[in-house]
Amino acid sequence: MAVQDNIGGSAPRTSLLNDPVFRGILYQIIVGGLVVAFFYWIIVNTAQNLAAQNKTTGFDFLFRTAGFDISFTLFPWSRTSFYWQAFLAGLLNTLLVAVIGIFFATLLGFTLGIARLSSNWLIARVATVYIETIRNIPLLLQLFFWYFAVLKAMPAVRNSFELPLDVFINQRGLMVPRPLPDGEFIWVLLAIAASVIAAIAVGIWATRERTATGRYPALVVQAAKIADAVVTFLVAALAFSLLSQFVPALASSPAIAWIAALVAAVASLTRFAPYSRAVVAFAITFVILAALLRAMFAAWPPFAIDLGAAVAGLVMGWISLEGTLRRPPSEGRFPLALLILIAVGIPALVYVVTGAQLAFELPVLERFNFRGGVQLPPELVALVFGLTIYTAAFIAENVRGGIRSVNKGQTEAAQSLGLKEGDRLRLVIVPQAMRVIVPPLTSQYLNLTKNSSLGAAIGYPELVNVFTGTTLNQTGKAIEVIALTMAVYLTFSLLTSAFMNWYNGRVAMVER
Amino acid sequence: MTMEHAYVRDSMVDARQPPRGTDGPIAWLRRSLFASPSDTLLTILGMLFLLWAVPPIYNFLIGHAVMPGGTVKECRAEGAGACWAYIYARFNFFIYGFYPIDQYWRPNIVFALGAALIVPLLMPSAPFKRINAVLFFVVFPIIAFYLLNGGVFGMRYVPTEQWGGLLVTLIISLVGIICSIPIGILLALGRQSQLPIIKTLSVMFIELWRAVPLITVLFMASIMLPLFMPTGTTVDKLLRALVGVTLFSSAYLAETVRGGLQALPRGQYEAGASLGLGYWKRTYFIILPQALKHVIPGIVNNFIALFKDTSLVSIVGIFDLLNTVQSASSDINWSSPTQAVTGYVFAAAVFWVFCFAMSRYSLWMERRLDTGHKR
Amino acid sequence: MSQVSESTVERATGTSQMTVSDTDVAIDVIGMHKWYGDFHVLRDINLRVMRGERIVIAGPSGSGKSTLIRCVNRLEEHQEGQIIVNGTELTADLKRIDEVRREVGMVFQHFNLFPHLTILQNLTLAPIWVRGIPKAEAEATAMHYLERVKIPEQANKFPGQLSGGQQQRVAIARSLCMQPKIMLFDEPTSALDPEMVKEVLEVMINLAEDGMTMICVTHEMGFARQVANRVIFMDQGQIIEQNDPEAFFSAPQHERTKLFLSQILH
Repeated sequence: MAVQDNIGGSAPRTSLLNDPVFRGILYQIIVGGLVVAFFYWIIVNTAQNLAAQNKTTGFDFLFRTAGFDISFTLFPWSRTSFYWQAFLAGLLNTLLVAVIGIFFATLLGFTLGIARLSSNWLIARVATVYIETIRNIPLLLQLFFWYFAVLKAMPAVRNSFELPLDVFINQRGLMVPRPLPDGEFIWVLLAIAASVIAAIAVGIWATRERTATGRYPALVVQAAKIADAVVTFLVAALAFSLLSQFVPALASSPAIAWIAALVAAVASLTRFAPYSRAVVAFAITFVILAALLRAMFAAWPPFAIDLGAAVAGLVMGWISLEGTLRRPPSEGRFPLALLILIAVGIPALVYVVTGAQLAFELPVLERFNFRGGVQLPPELVALVFGLTIYTAAFIAENVRGGIRSVNKGQTEAAQSLGLKEGDRLRLVIVPQAMRVIVPPLTSQYLNLTKNSSLGAAIGYPELVNVFTGTTLNQTGKAIEVIALTMAVYLTFSLLTSAFMNWYNGRVAMVER
Repeated sequence: MTMEHAYVRDSMVDARQPPRGTDGPIAWLRRSLFASPSDTLLTILGMLFLLWAVPPIYNFLIGHAVMPGGTVKECRAEGAGACWAYIYARFNFFIYGFYPIDQYWRPNIVFALGAALIVPLLMPSAPFKRINAVLFFVVFPIIAFYLLNGGVFGMRYVPTEQWGGLLVTLIISLVGIICSIPIGILLALGRQSQLPIIKTLSVMFIELWRAVPLITVLFMASIMLPLFMPTGTTVDKLLRALVGVTLFSSAYLAETVRGGLQALPRGQYEAGASLGLGYWKRTYFIILPQALKHVIPGIVNNFIALFKDTSLVSIVGIFDLLNTVQSASSDINWSSPTQAVTGYVFAAAVFWVFCFAMSRYSLWMERRLDTGHKR
Repeated sequence: MSQVSESTVERATGTSQMTVSDTDVAIDVIGMHKWYGDFHVLRDINLRVMRGERIVIAGPSGSGKSTLIRCVNRLEEHQEGQIIVNGTELTADLKRIDEVRREVGMVFQHFNLFPHLTILQNLTLAPIWVRGIPKAEAEATAMHYLERVKIPEQANKFPGQLSGGQQQRVAIARSLCMQPKIMLFDEPTSALDPEMVKEVLEVMINLAEDGMTMICVTHEMGFARQVANRVIFMDQGQIIEQNDPEAFFSAPQHERTKLFLSQILH
């Protein structure tokens, strides 16, 4: 640059170096030349080094037998499998962890993000402490903690911890029941798919009718009432029968719970509906809280726990009563219960009618190991745990930012138009917040996928572990293996940015 | 007719305190913990959660913990908490790795010098910014290298294999950020450039490194770098990791700097051009000073990410803080049920203090710049 | 300690039941106080607005004008006193708040249009989801009001594509689509460029001529002169002067009013 400055100014158009176009071309030739020279140098060096080590290049190794074990694969794997299958196994394991992690991290992240904005000081504080702690500790350290300090410190197989629903946890990971569907079960699966689609279709149709005519179709309204009663019955039956576990007097005759549930369901169709709801709310709260507290505070006297749960149940019942009595009548409410009933009820009906069987093979502890069930290796559990907890902290911040980005004036405008809270959120706030949340959320998903490569450090057989680790060590094909690995991640990244471009283009706020 | 609704006061009303229950601690409690029945329930659940979670954590960390000076026997006892005695005993290993004990004064000087230079650099009001920056970014790394490596002025040669612990964590993250700032700036300028070849090369470089996980970059650096060098050259293991970390972080830094460049009003570019300044002068005197000032918080955030990411070098066999803690956890002299957890908690606390402090600094700086911009 | 003129004292001693049944009263504010934390923003506000009245509230910034009309819509809570809108007293009861908000339209300084919806969708959102009006009918009403504010051709654009003045006119039309009985205007022109103020004021004048009950917080004194049948002057959270526009501008009583008018009218 010094050269050009010396020539500058005094003699216009005399030197080509002063012509910006020429200068630009010159710069590019120099930089391009340097880059080409650099790559040439590297290639020559690499060729010499490889020749010195008597190594060849090429991807033919992919079709050779791998000859090593992979502790966990999604398809049958043996030592005679090929290297390309090892690549595939690693890739699938990466995707498996990514999908599970993304699902849980999204749930936890949204909950925390909303909690951090809560007007409840305690809840907001707890969320803040979580986020600030987790964000500032390296993920690898957290993975080591979950793997070496928690899961590896679990008791030996013989002393496994038993969790609810026949799940066991021990040094070798998580033992869960294995579902064993029979031949008829395919109909149930088809019914699930069909009924979910049907529920969505009914929802769309009802909303469209509501917009076009000002009210939900009469058929839907009637069906929704019945659905409400059925759902009330099912929930009440469950809550009441669980309640009998805590109240010995009820335990003697299980019929009482069913009769009470029936009464609640019938009442929910009359003007006593708010009271029926309140009673059910009491039962649910009591059952959940009593069970939870017993698990959390084993040392506390059960009597005190039951009393506390009962008080909380009464509060919940009161909230429900207050809410339904004080709120304006919700004529024309969205028939959510109906849709749920369609989505769940039809498959259940098909299950009963076709006589399909879904048995579970329960893990049973024998002398040295478990028989039956599915074993989820501790590496997988630790990786999912670590990735979920870590990524959720970042997602929570994105969610918080997205919600806060919606101007307070938007809420006020919606309020002053008379929109109720649910409509306000659904029609005004959430659509705007989601536009802000989705792009960073996608990059968090990508980050989670990239971070799953840290599974290599705790021995989870994902892509980097199986391919860049074991395969590279065995074949010595450093360039090919690393290039393939990088290509995979580059593809993920390109797909993500393609999605983001599409999304941004679709939702971009039109500006002048 | 309208006048019949006239009720104008004759004298002003003095401000008074709000009625009871709308202000003060009681009102605060009601508003922020018990605003509605469902809030009350949430508060109760939250308190139950704290009651469940906090006592065991307290007991582990403090209540039943074995404090420095305790013995391994106490740590092995039933129900013992964190074994701080173990951390105390192996503290030097966590800070210096295998650095020779009689040479600890050398890293100590480096720590002191670094702290003395970085504190005024981070304070916006401290004078001599330019000299300070040159000292920190150029002179300090050179001095630090010779001090640690030795072989000059009669200092013993200490190979990098013996460096370790927090020392190496700090070295990698500082070198990473110091080297990636100039590369990142050049890449950002390249990406903004109107010259197609330069722009394409910059975009490709940035997007490639941002797409792949750091662990593959480190693998690449540690396995492929020796292949790329002329036959017979050996590349130090630490240096390989440094190259990987720098490439990786310069791509992220480039994007941060680009944000700053894009945030500058067009007028600044036009004003520079209208003064007759050439591209480099314009960039150096007008564009960069403004853009960089605005991306200080972003650079600090990059540094936080890099600082956390340095823990990955343990995978390629470098003894950073995490790796020293990890390897010490198999020290049989201190083996106890809580040994590993204590080590992780210690490392987590060290990382947390650094990262949290930096993130607060970045927030503070952001607010400061924000107000400065509006005026 | 606080001295108020006779009529207020009388009202404060319990004749307010009468006002509830009085169908000519649109808004009745009785002895209302509001605090933000420790800060006493509104102090003993007494204001009765009759149907068809057009009231302009003026005063220096921070005098509580906006807060007052936001209380009428329960965008802010008051701590003492009563606010009765259309015979419904505002309390924490959601049902009553809903009732009041359905009858009261509000126009904001910064328009607060929904940026993710088209102009037409902005206008039909509340009629469809609050009033349950069929979409076709809601759209016809929306077009009617867009024509009234003279921008029917913008119906399918997004708010971001419109000028400030156009956005504010859309905001007014959006409120009108709910067919409110009372309109509140919170400094509707103060975020606008001078050349756009006129088009918004025209719409407001037009509305006033149709007999809409209006409360406007504004610094547009020309508008006050032309449209208002009462001007209220607030300072330090209290109403310190009110009069018909003619008297208000020609013979202000209070020192603060004189000072304010001299600053604003140059």
